[in-house]
Amino acid sequence: MDKVVDIKEAIKDIRDGDTLMIGGFMANGAPEKLIDALIEQGIKDITLISTDTGLVTTGSGKLISRKLVKKLYASHIGTNKETGRQMNEGETDVELVPQGTLAERIRAGGYGIGGFLTETGVGTLVEEGKQKITVDGVEYLLETPLTADYALIHAAKADRNGNLVYKGSTNNFSNVMASAAKVTIVEADEVVENGEIDPNTVHTPGVFVNRIVNGGAING
Amino acid sequence: MDKHELQEFIAKRVAKELEDGSIVNLGIGLPTKVANYIPDDVEVLFQSENGFVGLGPSQTEETADPNIVNAGGQPVTIKPGGAFFDSAVSFGIIRGGHVDLTVLGALQVDEKGNIANYMIPGKLVPGMGGAMDLLNGAKKVIVAMQHTAKGSHKILKECNLPLTAKAAVDTIITEMGVIKVTTEGLLLTEINPEFTVEEVQEATEAKLYVDKDLKKMKA
Repeated sequence: MDKVVDIKEAIKDIRDGDTLMIGGFMANGAPEKLIDALIEQGIKDITLISTDTGLVTTGSGKLISRKLVKKLYASHIGTNKETGRQMNEGETDVELVPQGTLAERIRAGGYGIGGFLTETGVGTLVEEGKQKITVDGVEYLLETPLTADYALIHAAKADRNGNLVYKGSTNNFSNVMASAAKVTIVEADEVVENGEIDPNTVHTPGVFVNRIVNGGAING
Repeated sequence: MDKHELQEFIAKRVAKELEDGSIVNLGIGLPTKVANYIPDDVEVLFQSENGFVGLGPSQTEETADPNIVNAGGQPVTIKPGGAFFDSAVSFGIIRGGHVDLTVLGALQVDEKGNIANYMIPGKLVPGMGGAMDLLNGAKKVIVAMQHTAKGSHKILKECNLPLTAKAAVDTIITEMGVIKVTTEGLLLTEINPEFTVEEVQEATEAKLYVDKDLKKMKA
């Protein structure tokens, strides 16, 4: 199996209004080249799921600063002033989700779990509109799964089957997002032949990956 | 003390709360400074909620490995014996009670241990990041902050900003003293000798109970 495709081919079926998960934490581990290509291709009115919105010029923040996002799910937007401005002026609908709850909602979406119970957010604005369930005397919020049309993630290395290896702290949301989208597109710094990644060291199995772009071969 | 000295004083005192062998998560800002004052006989493993344990010192621009950043997005290092993982595992560690201590700043704390530190409606809405999960999941929560905000009370009878978590705070450490949150209310257990009990109470909206064994606060 060879999932490696040209970057334009990889993203050409992403449409206006689609829901996108984009990896990266303050743009650390963000698929910058995929995001740039998507902006170049042209897109609007997307629903974006991303833990933060990077900076104005990095990561998923680039989509915000170009006003391409209609609805945003994020845990922290403080590092991108444009996100706050769009939220305050009602241009973008922002749902703030606690970071751990965001990761677990995505994991639930990808792993066939119908929701999960957490104490995080009980007694805060986060509980508004959510079902509360008491188990053994402890009150929890029922948090529902998140899924997407596409996940755009970055990896240090991919083999042609899509097995992925991350470096340092760049994994963050990528591993869970890979499982939760209909189509997962990876920007890998290096693409190697099947067998060159020791199966014992794979971080994300290729099962979750549909398309691979060789980011290392793209200039700029 | 100017603001910088004040923060260093608070950070030094918080560092004495670190227990050997514990897993600790430090918030952004003042809490980050605690790492500079770990006692020599104490070894702790710092957790960084973006996905690793073994958080080491910051990197300079020359030595920076762009693959490793802390929860503030700054380049850092990982110590020998550390481990990287994804965000679901990271928050499994947090939510699951595997973090022994978290140190966070706050806008407001009240006598029930409620804390508000993530938004001022209409003004500042940066989002909660991982703070709600940490406050609920960590075994112990220390709030490290200046006692007042330019004279206005931060330690209140009841928080009036949106809460980050309910009944979550165990200890408040400021430049004026150390306050424990108990079922009876706020208990002043240590006082900075530069202040009197009356002055600390004056700077606190909630009623302070004074520990019978009130100690001098040393940084």
